[in-house]
Amino acid sequence: MSESESEFDAYLSLTDVTEDDHRWAFGTGFADPLAGVDVTLQAGVNPSDAAALAERCLALGDDALIYSHRLQQWVTRAPELEEETALANIALDLLGQARLLLTRAAQAEGRGRDEDQLAFFRDEREFRNVRLVEHADADFAELAARLLVFSAWRLALFERLTAVPATDPRPDPVLAAIAAKAVKELTYHRDYAAAWVIRLGDGTDYSHAKAQAALDALWPLVAELDLDADAAAYLDAVIAEATLTRPSAPPLAPVAGKTGRDGTHTEAMGYILAELQSVARANPDATW
Amino acid sequence: MPPSTEPPSTGWPLYEVFLRGKRGLNHVHVGSLHAADPEMALRHARDLYTRRNEAVSIWVVPADAITASSPDEKDPFFAPSGDKVYRHPTFYQIPEDVPHI
Repeated sequence: MSESESEFDAYLSLTDVTEDDHRWAFGTGFADPLAGVDVTLQAGVNPSDAAALAERCLALGDDALIYSHRLQQWVTRAPELEEETALANIALDLLGQARLLLTRAAQAEGRGRDEDQLAFFRDEREFRNVRLVEHADADFAELAARLLVFSAWRLALFERLTAVPATDPRPDPVLAAIAAKAVKELTYHRDYAAAWVIRLGDGTDYSHAKAQAALDALWPLVAELDLDADAAAYLDAVIAEATLTRPSAPPLAPVAGKTGRDGTHTEAMGYILAELQSVARANPDATW
Repeated sequence: MPPSTEPPSTGWPLYEVFLRGKRGLNHVHVGSLHAADPEMALRHARDLYTRRNEAVSIWVVPADAITASSPDEKDPFFAPSGDKVYRHPTFYQIPEDVPHI
């Protein structure tokens, strides 16, 4: 039932009995984001299309996987219990996106791998995430600023994926379904982060200085995102409302012409992967 | 000096949270949380109390806006109604097609 329906529908909904009715007070049934979507690769899809789809899903999945891990590291370290739960929720949303995207990448590449093999048994140079998601937050202001930039960028990107682009002769229905689910999650992430950036930027002198320092520290990593006009305009509006200044720092230089999407990462990436992958690699046959 | 009965301050005021479930008619108290202002309290309520699809509507109320009855007043407040059986709607038939009574 949508929020927009009138209060009177609450009476009707009492008769809306389903199989899980005995536990309705603890929450209701859960929806499969891929329900009704045919996950087999479309007939006649040529190998280069499949390779392009695998590459695209891998890049988007790696962004979510690595950033989710960075957010999980805030658990037990956040300034308030309520914020910690909020961050854990966001990290779990992104982990869910990563699982669906890596599963799709594995189907498209057709090499018999699955999401776990892609997440836990690839080496650093095979990861395709942007370098922004590897960054270690120095403080809560950096966390808020980075989440703002990441979610504004990713939301704009996924909104484009849900609309069937005229230029794409063979859009992937699974990727579109994943994007449709993710758009709702990312809208909340972006609003959460924007609220904090504005609160800090337009707060005390101390919080303002911290928020500006956070933007300054992150800005060299923003160029790699290739922000579209909508996302850039949104960020400018939030930065202005937070009484902050958009930095003009030069982008972090590519290494031999290569950036995160090419598999070239910052020093932090090795430490992230060691933590992320060590248990799965020590017990490759474990199930959970 | 007697030990303080005040809870330790987190610096943020306390809010009480009420949810209305998908199949619920009224908002039900589910717990409390700390937040700097009502907007933040609403976000925190969403993050703490609706993780398992429990709600379609949230109310947050500053805890200090609630006036509560005191345990000391239990007898004069509530005991007198204990023997007034005639106040219960037990002396007439309820039509079968009237719900929620």
